[in-house]
Amino acid sequence: MDLVNIVFRAIFVENLALNFLLGMCTYIAVSQRVTTAIGLAIAITLVQTITVPLNYLLYEYLLGPGALDWLGLGGFDLTFLRFVTFIGIIAAFVQILELALERYAPRLQHALGIYLPLLTVNCAILGASLFMVQRNYGFVESAAYGFGSGAGWGLAIILFATIRERIRESEVPAGLRGLGIAFVVTGLLALGFAGLRGIEF
Amino acid sequence: MASLPQQDRPPRVFVDPLIETNPITLRVLGLCSALAVTSSLVPALIMSAAVIAVLSFANVAVSLLRHVMPPSIRLIIEVTLIATAVIVVDEVLKAFAPDVSSVLSVFVGLIITNCIVLARVESFAMHNGVWASLLDALGNGLGYSWILVLIGAIRELLGFGSLLGYKVLPLASTGGWFEPNRLMLLTPSAFFILAVLVWWIRERRPAQRKDAQGR
Repeated sequence: MDLVNIVFRAIFVENLALNFLLGMCTYIAVSQRVTTAIGLAIAITLVQTITVPLNYLLYEYLLGPGALDWLGLGGFDLTFLRFVTFIGIIAAFVQILELALERYAPRLQHALGIYLPLLTVNCAILGASLFMVQRNYGFVESAAYGFGSGAGWGLAIILFATIRERIRESEVPAGLRGLGIAFVVTGLLALGFAGLRGIEF
Repeated sequence: MASLPQQDRPPRVFVDPLIETNPITLRVLGLCSALAVTSSLVPALIMSAAVIAVLSFANVAVSLLRHVMPPSIRLIIEVTLIATAVIVVDEVLKAFAPDVSSVLSVFVGLIITNCIVLARVESFAMHNGVWASLLDALGNGLGYSWILVLIGAIRELLGFGSLLGYKVLPLASTGGWFEPNRLMLLTPSAFFILAVLVWWIRERRPAQRKDAQGR
């Protein structure tokens, strides 16, 4: 039940995009079309589900306080290296994922196009790994959290893209067109998600 | 704007990013942190200082190294430089302002993936001298900061009735007239305030409108 809670919270209550406002740049830039939004949602869920537990292992056995016990070096605390390590792991994994997709699923890779490499600089992904450390998740929990936070971010961008496709047909005041109305819509979406706060299983 | 190239006119490099080419309202960069840390004024101020510090360091360092960096691995070098600066800022904050550091939580670390930094490094510092790069970093940093500080001030004033922790509006709960608006403490309010801000800027600067720039 704990795992269900973690996934549910990550998707709805603590949605990375709408509650913590992470990955906003990509969120605003890549939500012009529903199809690309869906592709990006799949990619980010995949990347999160794998990088968060991977970073957990690194943190637990290399970086955290006392993590080097197994080498007999219990006194070291390399926590300050976590930023560089995590971003390196994420960049490397995105690169590997791109190569693997190219080899085994060229159609999906083609559909994702440029958005796949861009995931490296998406702060939602680094953010999820940092939250994982901050909340002391275990291995299975961090995998669940990775999946939930990725899926939540994906859900947010798909919802936003569907609304945005409709907005194109409507009359918006000139100064508000584009970025302005995008913020208003996101704010309303965030209000809706905030309403789910407090639900637990 | 004059047709002179940017590097010939240092003042413009500094002044333009404040409104004309503001990183947040025009270029839509660095939004993640801009919205998340602005629930009150103090974290907004500290975050602004952190971003200005990291941006200045990264711009100057990349500008110095721009002739010796092999193009094929320049992104990795840039990200590593930025991450190094962020680690220093994070450790300094933990040492001298632990309270603020815990409020900002993961958002200091997320300066690494703040697109403003990488965008300025890639598009400006790679092609310009050290002095101009420093000015560009300060200009963009301040352009980012004033929006952060303004949103932080509005949210703290309407959400708590205070500024920088000092009571400004007398609260209804203590016999005053002001009823704090709890919505201001939630993230959606940041979106609404930023939307109004963008709207206001674009009404005054029609060149920044969507139709004018085709996006």
